[in-house]
Amino acid sequence: MSTAPGASRSAALLAFRLAAATLASMPLLLVVLDIINQSLGPDPGQEVTETLGLAAFQLLLATLFMTPLQRWTGWSGWLRIRRMLGLFAFFYASLHVLAFLQFILGWNDLWATFTKRPYVIAGAVSFLLLVPLAATSTRWMMKKLGRQWKPLHRSIYPAVVIAWLHFIWQARSDVGEMVVYGVIVLGLLALRWRWFGPGSLIPFKRA
Amino acid sequence: EALDYVAMPGFSTDEEKTPYDDVTRYNNFYEFGTGKGDPARYADEMSVTPWSVVVEGECDKPGTYALEDLLKPHDYQERIYRLRCVEAWSMVIPWIGIPLADVLKQMQPNSRAKYVYFETLHDPEQMRGQRSMFSTIDWPYQEGLRMDEAMNELSFLAVGLYGKTMPNQNGAPIRLVLPWKYGFKSIKSIVRIRFQEERPRTTWEMLAPQEYGFYANVNPEVDHPRWSQKRERRLPSGLLSPNWIETVKFNGYGEQVAHLYKGMDLRKFY
Repeated sequence: MSTAPGASRSAALLAFRLAAATLASMPLLLVVLDIINQSLGPDPGQEVTETLGLAAFQLLLATLFMTPLQRWTGWSGWLRIRRMLGLFAFFYASLHVLAFLQFILGWNDLWATFTKRPYVIAGAVSFLLLVPLAATSTRWMMKKLGRQWKPLHRSIYPAVVIAWLHFIWQARSDVGEMVVYGVIVLGLLALRWRWFGPGSLIPFKRA
Repeated sequence: EALDYVAMPGFSTDEEKTPYDDVTRYNNFYEFGTGKGDPARYADEMSVTPWSVVVEGECDKPGTYALEDLLKPHDYQERIYRLRCVEAWSMVIPWIGIPLADVLKQMQPNSRAKYVYFETLHDPEQMRGQRSMFSTIDWPYQEGLRMDEAMNELSFLAVGLYGKTMPNQNGAPIRLVLPWKYGFKSIKSIVRIRFQEERPRTTWEMLAPQEYGFYANVNPEVDHPRWSQKRERRLPSGLLSPNWIETVKFNGYGEQVAHLYKGMDLRKFY
């Protein structure tokens, strides 16, 4: 067998991964541009925090879309960008948490904020669920965890549901956007259920 | 359009004013969308001329008033007030308008008038936020005051800001300004005023009574269930130097209004 088709395949995959990385970087790029242009309005801290949080949530959803896309298209390339998207989601979530602490709280009132505000608690729980996933995303950790890796990484399902709660809890009157996101989340979970059974949605359960 | 007015030093502050561009581009006016920039983008879809206000209920001069007739007998004043939003940000805005009490007296409320109710324009054709399928607000927007609150010297009916006619996104052509209460009490684009004996229910109270009370007085001691009210970001706020200030009870207007609430438990009547 000649090496040419394999090489062009891997070149195409590299281009695909680069495109995905560029797309996933866009929200950050746009925020940075807005900061430089000072076009964030009179309350830039709020704006930056919200933008980063929404980007984290959208990338979590994108991560969950890869398996359905692979099954619908029969192309395994989607699965090759899944880890990267997940790490981008965690990256945005981390920036979002830092922005919230710095711009919204100013590192004040921490105890009350994290014990008394349900939407903040939901956000914190969702973020904490993502930490072990990011920490065990390397090939080495995958190997080390072996058959435990997959059950652990199912924590992404409660994380995304709780993240959605974090948003809907903040809506003051117009819930349209979050209803749409809620339908997407439900759809993604329903697909998993249908394809892999209910056990595939439960963290730490050996399916 | 530039307006003629008299400055009112007794109703002003030396604090730095929030720039015109921020006052007119960062708004909560859900009739035009829930984004802060939506009102500036879409409020032009509302026509404010001609404008009339229906006056009804417990008064001797009910009727439909053309806005000009309502305003004609009064001189415009400029008052520089602090505006504290329930979302924990605040501005300092030079309003142009007339005392609410002067206008209400014109309508001659009778002895059964214990409260006054206000209503914003309801016209989904002109107000795209009212066309939203997912809005949980039951339009029109409704607000109310106890009669003694309405007659307080601070209560103001604004028709402009920064010396000019009110931009649509700020509640043209006529809106309330109640500087000791959270911003949502200061109802915009008023089309109806009703004097009544029973306390009106207000839009935010109907939507989330545990979060938004009828009184909605600025009070750092009573947290919103979802966030603290102890501090506020005075706008414009910088990214690296957030302009945090301590929130003051009654937004600093206690001298004028604290007596209205004597003997009331403000934790209960929030």
